[in-house]
Amino acid sequence: MADSAEPTGTPTQERVPFMQRLLDNPFLLLFIGVTIPTVLYLVWGIMELVQIPVAPR
Amino acid sequence: MATAAETFRICPTTGLKIHLSAQTLIKANAVAAVVFLLFGGLLGLSVALTRWPAVHILPANWFYLALTAHGFNVLLCWIIFFEVAILYFASAVLLNSRLAAPRAAWVAFALMVIGAVMTNVVVLQGDSSVMFTSYPPLRAQPGFYLGLILFAVGALTAVGCFFGTLVIAKEEKTYEGSVPLVTFGAITAAIIAVFTLASGAIILIPTFLWSVGLVSNIDPLMYKLVWWAMGHSSQQINVSAHVAVWYAIAAMTLGAKPISEKVSRTAFLLYILFLQLASAHHLLVEPGLSSEWKVFNTSYAMYLAVLGSMIHGMTVPGAVETAQRERGYTKGLFEWLRKAPWGNPAFAGFFLSLVLFGFLGGISGVVMGTEQINLLMHNTLYAPGHFHATVVAGTTLAFMAITYLVVPLIFQKEIMFPRMAQWQPYIFAIGIAGISVFMMGAGTLGVPRRHWDITFSDALLHYDYPPAAYLMLALNGLSAIAAALGGAMYIINVVASVSFGKSVKGAVRQAQPATPLPAAVVGQYGSVAHVRIPGTVVLVTVFLVSFVLYYFVNWKYLSEVWPMR
Ligand code: HEM
Ligand SMILES: [Cu+2]
Repeated sequence: MADSAEPTGTPTQERVPFMQRLLDNPFLLLFIGVTIPTVLYLVWGIMELVQIPVAPR
Repeated sequence: MATAAETFRICPTTGLKIHLSAQTLIKANAVAAVVFLLFGGLLGLSVALTRWPAVHILPANWFYLALTAHGFNVLLCWIIFFEVAILYFASAVLLNSRLAAPRAAWVAFALMVIGAVMTNVVVLQGDSSVMFTSYPPLRAQPGFYLGLILFAVGALTAVGCFFGTLVIAKEEKTYEGSVPLVTFGAITAAIIAVFTLASGAIILIPTFLWSVGLVSNIDPLMYKLVWWAMGHSSQQINVSAHVAVWYAIAAMTLGAKPISEKVSRTAFLLYILFLQLASAHHLLVEPGLSSEWKVFNTSYAMYLAVLGSMIHGMTVPGAVETAQRERGYTKGLFEWLRKAPWGNPAFAGFFLSLVLFGFLGGISGVVMGTEQINLLMHNTLYAPGHFHATVVAGTTLAFMAITYLVVPLIFQKEIMFPRMAQWQPYIFAIGIAGISVFMMGAGTLGVPRRHWDITFSDALLHYDYPPAAYLMLALNGLSAIAAALGGAMYIINVVASVSFGKSVKGAVRQAQPATPLPAAVVGQYGSVAHVRIPGTVVLVTVFLVSFVLYYFVNWKYLSEVWPMR
């Protein structure tokens, strides 16, 4: 790792930076990528909709 | 498990090891995609010609039928079949791996074909012209929803095969370190696809039950909310996939490496985190949802995703510029661009896709996604104008462009009519740029979308649109003819080459002189050593200035419709 600051594929024993570990883990990304819109868009939106009172007949 | 020797071949252009089952699946999905594009494109032409008041070819019931079928065939069938092909390419081929569960991938393909055909048959029967959005209380025949559900289950299975292949490749150590950038883009697309398809199932299954009478009521607002988690997010699959295709074409035609793996991957990460929230822009005028929800999901979150696109907007041309400068095109700011391989349809299509997507699709998207100025054009033709710039000029053109590489590399056939291929991206781009701009123009003048007859010839109440609106619709019709011509040139050439083209087995078909396999960078991790992008910086500045100006012009319009002066 002397010649370049870019992470390369060499299997060294040094600590892999957090961001790179995140980016190299598709299933963690999948979890985050599904959770965020589910909570912020779907769940939040659905909660607002179910709170709308039903019109009196 | 089969032995490696018979089930793989080595690609002479990229040096990649290609799993033959993956190759056959890529072919099948790509062919299906093109068939649906043909059908859907013809329907698009008929719709555009109907909206041209002087031509007005379809009667009202056929217009809505054609519009429903157009949206379904191009937006779902063409694009998603092609995306499945891209996922298999980006996993099995780029990682030199075997494809996980080819049987399951074939089941996925069968489900998608059956679903697509079923929905089409039902739509063509005539009493399911509910548009591809199928908002209740409009009710289609049960087969319409069932077809969509089968299609979605098939697509989800295909995504599962993609993730499975990632696992296999890692376990069998078919690559070292991090996956290549193109694969990372495909991972982004696949992640968004999971959310998209799951949302689709959540809403379409109860709607199907409603159509057969087992559920008594579907709340229209709840439907819209969940449906758009699918409808909009699926557009973000497209964006991620076509950005990945841009990087792939830059790598395969010029040997361009990313200028920074870190920056490009972070931009994809912004997509994963935020892009899907923008679904809320479809509900900006809906009552019952708070401004907090609308503004959070469309503004704050969406701008972070837009930031991702702007980063790609810099790093993609930056990669091209750097690669070209390394080849010696260093004069001035733009020699690299002037001397780019404009006669190579893969490159030309890619670059046109990049420019049109950014300038037309990107800018209009941010404008429409802003709660306040959205009111100027919500549900007008501006909306289809915007998304033909994104999903046709952006995604479709990029997919067409990479087809010119896929035919020799995966189908191992020569392109039969190279001249036609050279012209095709330009003609299609002119047509699509036209339909985008002119539909946006008509929308700005208030012309509604999904409207059979804005002359109101047989209506009791009339409304007169300004003559300029008629002009826009006529220009839209002419552009549609150009786009259809460009589309036909693509389809004819691809079908002819794949069916009757000369085999290229063994030969290295690369126009560029022989640096050792420059295209191989598509399957590697690593950034360039020296980034030199002065020309790109100028282009990006032009983009930002246009963006800001157009954004403010729309706020100005808004202030003019304000009744209190
Ligand atoms: C020859 C090429 C094409 C032409 C001339 C064309 C033209 C049109 C026109 C005129 C409309 C109707 C606007 C309205 O009345 O509301 C429309 C709608 C639409 N188009 Fe296209 N289009 C083409 C290709 C595509 C492609 C390739 C895609 C997707 C990848 C696409 C996606 C859509 C969608 C999603 C709608 C909305 C349907 C709806 O409102 O339900 N189009 N198109
Ligand atoms: Cu959207």
